[in-house]
Amino acid sequence: MVGGALSPGYRVARWGYLAFCVAAFVFLIAPILVLVPLSFNAEPYFTFTEGMLRLDPEAYSLRWYRGIFDGDEWTRPLANSLIIGISATVVATVLGAAAALGLAHPAMPGRKIVTALLISPMITPVIIAGVGMFFFYSNLGLAQTHLGIILAHAVFGAPFVVITVSATLAGFDWTVMRAAANLGANPLVAFHRVQLPLILPGVISGSLFAFAASFDELVIVLFMGGLEQRTLPRQMWSGIREEISPTILAVATFLIVFALLALSTVEWLRRRGASGERRAG
Amino acid sequence: MASPESTRNERAGRRAARPPWRRALGPRLRAAGLALPLVAFVSVTFLGPMLSLLTKSFHDPEVADALPETMAALRDWDGQGMPPDEAFAAVAREFVAARTERNLGRTANRVNRVASGMRSVIMGSSREMVDARAAAEAAGAATDGAFWRETMIAIDSRWGGPEPWRALEAAGQRFTARHYLKALDFERGPDGGYVRAPEVWRIYVPLFWRTFLVSLGVTLLCLVIGYPVAHMIANSPPKRANVLLLLVLLPFWTSLLVRTTSWIVLLQNQGIVNDFLVAIGLIGDDGRIAMIYNMTGTFVAMTHVLLPFLVLPLYSVMRAIPPAYMNAAVSLGATPFQALRRVYWPQTLPGVGAGCLLTFILAIGYYITPALVGGQSGQLISNMIAYHVQTSLNWGLAAALAALLLGGVTLLYVVYDRLVGIDRIGLG
Repeated sequence: MVGGALSPGYRVARWGYLAFCVAAFVFLIAPILVLVPLSFNAEPYFTFTEGMLRLDPEAYSLRWYRGIFDGDEWTRPLANSLIIGISATVVATVLGAAAALGLAHPAMPGRKIVTALLISPMITPVIIAGVGMFFFYSNLGLAQTHLGIILAHAVFGAPFVVITVSATLAGFDWTVMRAAANLGANPLVAFHRVQLPLILPGVISGSLFAFAASFDELVIVLFMGGLEQRTLPRQMWSGIREEISPTILAVATFLIVFALLALSTVEWLRRRGASGERRAG
Repeated sequence: MASPESTRNERAGRRAARPPWRRALGPRLRAAGLALPLVAFVSVTFLGPMLSLLTKSFHDPEVADALPETMAALRDWDGQGMPPDEAFAAVAREFVAARTERNLGRTANRVNRVASGMRSVIMGSSREMVDARAAAEAAGAATDGAFWRETMIAIDSRWGGPEPWRALEAAGQRFTARHYLKALDFERGPDGGYVRAPEVWRIYVPLFWRTFLVSLGVTLLCLVIGYPVAHMIANSPPKRANVLLLLVLLPFWTSLLVRTTSWIVLLQNQGIVNDFLVAIGLIGDDGRIAMIYNMTGTFVAMTHVLLPFLVLPLYSVMRAIPPAYMNAAVSLGATPFQALRRVYWPQTLPGVGAGCLLTFILAIGYYITPALVGGQSGQLISNMIAYHVQTSLNWGLAAALAALLLGGVTLLYVVYDRLVGIDRIGLG
């Protein structure tokens, strides 16, 4: 009955499967890509004009990109997002990488419960954490400050670093560290020469995840941020809710490019790590 | 000066001379010491807020702090008939004082949440009580409990009955379950006990239920779409698999706001999909379909946002399934469909379980997407929580709703832990 695989029913199913998958990939990617050409629309519309469909160069323009840099409506939120994102990432990366090293050590006590605690901020719905942080940080006078949002974003970002760095340390042979110590390396030197090169891809990926999480975070900013803490997502939020201007599409295109860059870096690091494993194996 | 060689030997000698428990403890302490800074950081910046959320949901001292003498005077009252004269005197003193300091409104709002109508009773009476006291003082009359009882009942006869006093007493409870009761659609009956609200007035339980159903629906939709997608990626040659994987990862990395914007651009009334349908003549220009700012919008956008969270765990499970099993099943006489159902599907169940659970948990906490594309009918429980935090300022109720949601999520994680292991959450 192997020939059954070539039966007409099978061929129909096979084509159905292919068509379904193509449709699913279009569903995933088309909504993102459709924004890119629209952001060059010469008219203030959110749809393809006839000129655009004829590929008339007159129908395309950079006016919405110039709009980003007119005044501080978008540049200030961008600066805020960068300040908050980078600060939160630094805190998350340092604390997260150290914690991952501790967790990966065979002598770590209470590993399971500590891991659960450390990744709990990542898996708690942000709306719940947001309400609690709003109460807690308001009491401390940290609401409507950059510091409050940075702390909140750092604690959401740290689990990403813990997870990616832990992944690079999975299967790490800790006797290597003892060997380094026996050969006269003090713990810092041993870390620098043996462990750091190994975990570096994980540290970079983790910090990219943490930065992207902060760069895209809105709930905390909505609850805790004042006018001074308007970030890019916050500005897009008002843009979408109040008067949606095509400048948003230009900003969105920027963010898509950012996503592409971040994604390529992480994938490149991951593959490098994977091929390293193959070499070692 | 000792050579490094000899210090090293000395150090090794000292290490060996340590009692065994210290030798065992050293690495443990070092490992724990590395994790400690983040543990401390998470405890302060995350567990602190979670504790303050839980506390806020049952600890509400504002009315008790604002009206301490009234609460003391009502302590021995049995809740029947009229309270003692001291209660009238205390409430008058505190209302008049708060009224002059202009902060009675907050207290009145709090009491109004326990029994609606109390705001106007308090604000209306207190205005006349200020005048009454000034008049009494001018006339040199005593303003004792008996005076206030007479005056207050004259101002508003409701002060002669137990209802406003019961409301004051209930609002003055420092530790209270009333936010939870409200979050479960119970309301205060006329006798002060809690009863379920009539069906048309129930808000929160139906909203929890809707959130549950929408999350379930979105999860199933993600599974139906994601299963073949993950299968195709897992069974493609490496080069093509990498490209296909990027198509899943790009949405995953793209800002939520960008993805939500694009669904608005696509689905709105003058949007691309409607324009296209009109252009090909499938619908008339006046028959444009409302695909956004309603439940459809919430459903479509949430499915798009959450799909990668299902595809990625499924893919990593499917990649590990050797194709030889399916081939073996088919050569043993199974139809491809039988082989799929009896051989392939059971092997993917761990991925299906992990992916669905993760997607579901993420879905029930979703706020931004429904707020932007859900309109009136597409709002979920988190939108109500945000509303009480930002607009109605009923923080106790917001905390209780969030705590209930947290309870549900925690329950799901216990299941997830049993099924997958909580420390094995991956990032694709």
